[in-house]
Amino acid sequence: MFAKARSELRLLARDPILLALLAVVAVSIVLFVVYPLVRVFLASFQVDGNWTLEGYAALAERRLYRNALINSLSVGVLVGLLGVAIGFIAALVLTRLDVPGKRLLHYITILPIVSPPFVSAVSILFLFGFNGLVTKQLLGLQDFSIYGFRGVVLSQVFTFAPIAYLSMRGVLASISPTLEDAALNIGATRWQAFWKVSFPLALPGIASAFLVVFIESMADFGNPLVLAGAGFPMLAPQAYLEITGSFNLSRGATLAIVLLIPSLTAFAIQRYYLAKRQYITVTGKPTASTTKVVSEPVKWLLFGFVVLFALFVTAFYAVILVGALTKVWGFNYTPTLQHFVYVFNVGFDTVKDTLIVALISTPVSGLFGMLVAFLVVRRVFPGRTALEFGSILSFAVPGTVVGIGYILAFNAPPLVLTGTLTILVLCFVFRYVPVGIQSGIAVLRQIDPSIEEAAQNLGADGLTTFRKVTLPLIAPAFFSGLVYAFVRAMTAISAAIFLVSANWNLMTVQILNQVGSGRLGVAAAYSVVVIVIVLIAIAVISTLVSRWSRHTSMVRN
Amino acid sequence: MTLGIRIAGLNKTFAGHDGVPVAAVKSIDLNIEEGKLVTLLGPSGCGKTTLLRMIAGFEEPTEGDIWFGDRRMNDVAPNARDAAMVFQSYAIFPHLDVFENVAFGLRLRKLPRKEIEERVMRVLEQTGLSGYARRSPNQLSGGQQQRVALARCIVMEPRVLLFDEPLSNLDAKLREQMRVEIRELQQRLGITSVYVTHDQVEAMSISDRIVVMNGGVVEQAGTPHEVYARPATRFVADFIGKANFVSARIAEAGSVEIAGTRFGMEGLPQAAVAKDVTLVIRPEAVHLSRDKGDFAGTVRRVMFLGNIAEYLVDVPGAGEWLVDSPNPAETGLFAVGETAHLTLSRPSIHVLG
Repeated sequence: MFAKARSELRLLARDPILLALLAVVAVSIVLFVVYPLVRVFLASFQVDGNWTLEGYAALAERRLYRNALINSLSVGVLVGLLGVAIGFIAALVLTRLDVPGKRLLHYITILPIVSPPFVSAVSILFLFGFNGLVTKQLLGLQDFSIYGFRGVVLSQVFTFAPIAYLSMRGVLASISPTLEDAALNIGATRWQAFWKVSFPLALPGIASAFLVVFIESMADFGNPLVLAGAGFPMLAPQAYLEITGSFNLSRGATLAIVLLIPSLTAFAIQRYYLAKRQYITVTGKPTASTTKVVSEPVKWLLFGFVVLFALFVTAFYAVILVGALTKVWGFNYTPTLQHFVYVFNVGFDTVKDTLIVALISTPVSGLFGMLVAFLVVRRVFPGRTALEFGSILSFAVPGTVVGIGYILAFNAPPLVLTGTLTILVLCFVFRYVPVGIQSGIAVLRQIDPSIEEAAQNLGADGLTTFRKVTLPLIAPAFFSGLVYAFVRAMTAISAAIFLVSANWNLMTVQILNQVGSGRLGVAAAYSVVVIVIVLIAIAVISTLVSRWSRHTSMVRN
Repeated sequence: MTLGIRIAGLNKTFAGHDGVPVAAVKSIDLNIEEGKLVTLLGPSGCGKTTLLRMIAGFEEPTEGDIWFGDRRMNDVAPNARDAAMVFQSYAIFPHLDVFENVAFGLRLRKLPRKEIEERVMRVLEQTGLSGYARRSPNQLSGGQQQRVALARCIVMEPRVLLFDEPLSNLDAKLREQMRVEIRELQQRLGITSVYVTHDQVEAMSISDRIVVMNGGVVEQAGTPHEVYARPATRFVADFIGKANFVSARIAEAGSVEIAGTRFGMEGLPQAAVAKDVTLVIRPEAVHLSRDKGDFAGTVRRVMFLGNIAEYLVDVPGAGEWLVDSPNPAETGLFAVGETAHLTLSRPSIHVLG
């Protein structure tokens, strides 16, 4: 065992640059992913420096905390179920059925992914709040409250169903429609072909998507903070309130640990149980991809459902745009630019800060992710599995936990980072790198390793191989890693809210503050700015990556 | 420039699925002379590819040494070995065009642009790719991709050339053509080459020497003629070409007894007198006739292949023999059930030790 590790390291040492990079990667993952979690864990057992179980005892005793746990779990489960149902139907309709406008519907359906996670919360307030367009203006309801369970669930479903949709698309794409044809061919009815063939094949993927949405819902901070209200405590906002409201770090840490456990469990199931049970029945041979198991009327019913969802999404965004251009929603609908003026005058520093943080953390995160994927898939070294696990661990860790961890870990020597740009960048890099790593790993596993061996064989060292061969080959994963990192850096809130300071503030935090003080117009204006920046950035990154990968293919010195 | 390869006491053990170590290569000693083309031949799983990958540096030997000339290579990284390899899958960089694929290694050496251009163009010409410099790999046929992989190696003027089943993805016609091309190129350049294949015809046709491997060990190393005519083991005889294994007894010096029939034969090993042996009798070393021969047998199966007829003949007491008859039109085909007389071509018969 020891001898093996030594010989593996000796092999790596033949390539000193790569060994050094590996060391940097490993140390930084320990320092910026694992260590903060350890600090949260320790803090949950400490009050004023003394070891105690007080925090956990309070959790069991006080109804507030018990309810917070129950509420978070039940919202997570329901949102998971609804999200997956919507995602599955949308994926089925948009990949397997012959319906018009698939492309447009696809883009509308995934739109919520690229916007701040609580845009839908603000839209819901615009539509169904006390001064809501639907509730007050249209229906004239006086005592209707959207706050609480229904508000949070509604808002989260719109935020996270697109994630389930994308993942279900992948699942359906990996199941060959010819299997359904085969079932029909040997006498199954449409219903049987679906329930006995396609559905069981998709089931591991469905379960996996459910768990991902569950994790996202548990970790969600913005929607509950805006829509849960005082009568409906939830874990993530409660942990935040303990720390910022009552300055009770220990209690916050305890809640964070409670929040972490279900998420980590779901993550472990998803990754180590379900992932191995997914079927891939698509062979290299192209097949026609429309399904015959859905009859005409059912097809149009499902299509109608997807269109309805798309209409809702569109309405939410339209409302945000209109809200940003409206004087006082609910009272005075005069068009105005005053909210945007405010954003670019008073709030311009925040816009600038957000952009700086995103622009720094995006390339770092993208490259870091591809490097980790390369190391994990293509190199053998002691602790490889641990490194892979550590690097994607933060996907399962709710931002609230990370935020508390960073405060605990980097508020005192030897590493004082709180209040700096560095801590925000580090937080974003390590939090959002897992998606890049995962897609990098997936793409890399598809690529014949001998292509990289050929580069080595022709004289390229590890780093050159990575730069000149691996990276261009995994350009699509690199692209999605970059986009994800940027989008998340622009739209993150849960961890960031603990780390912002007077010097470095973020737009998302501003949106939340404006919502908190009832200035929905300004919040909407900020949201519009964020969305526009994100869309521009995606276009720019996509052009850059495609030009760069084309460039490397035409290199002529 | 080119170097001989010496392999001494080489072992490679992999961790198996259940933690049980699996030996892929077992104490191999091998000397590959400068400028020769040596084939590692064997069935899949015999360790030939592992051996090749150890020479290239992609696998680390568990034990033993690899020398290029008088330099021990064990601790030299693959990118510093100067041993260019043609991969089974070609491993062409899909994001680079043909020119850039071939220029890849030269660019890494930071050679002057002009020199790179000249060398790449020269090699493209040698490999018949002149018109394809700016093609992208996915616009090439299998044979052309194969040539790119080869060109990318020889442009480096490496000390050693390695081939990992390079022709296995090509169709039969192209394979024969590429075989000739590779052999000619290798001889012209005189680069020491190690060539892995499981195809014995390929090995016979291009090699200076063949190393037959099985279960991680070398069964026999010799010229194509040696391994065919004088196989060291039953495995070698069986793997290279077709063979009838016939039990016999060396009755006395110069005489062999098969199924009760004695007949004279030169060059029998002296030590084996009065012992039971196994004879390797190649199908083409048996002549069929309708009237006279060493034995009589009954034809059980006839396959007409055009240039030859392949028979299965039951020889009472000596089992069923595979017999290849050249030019079948001359004698007329035997029919199933017909009696055939077999005559052995004495010099082609080999006694297994």
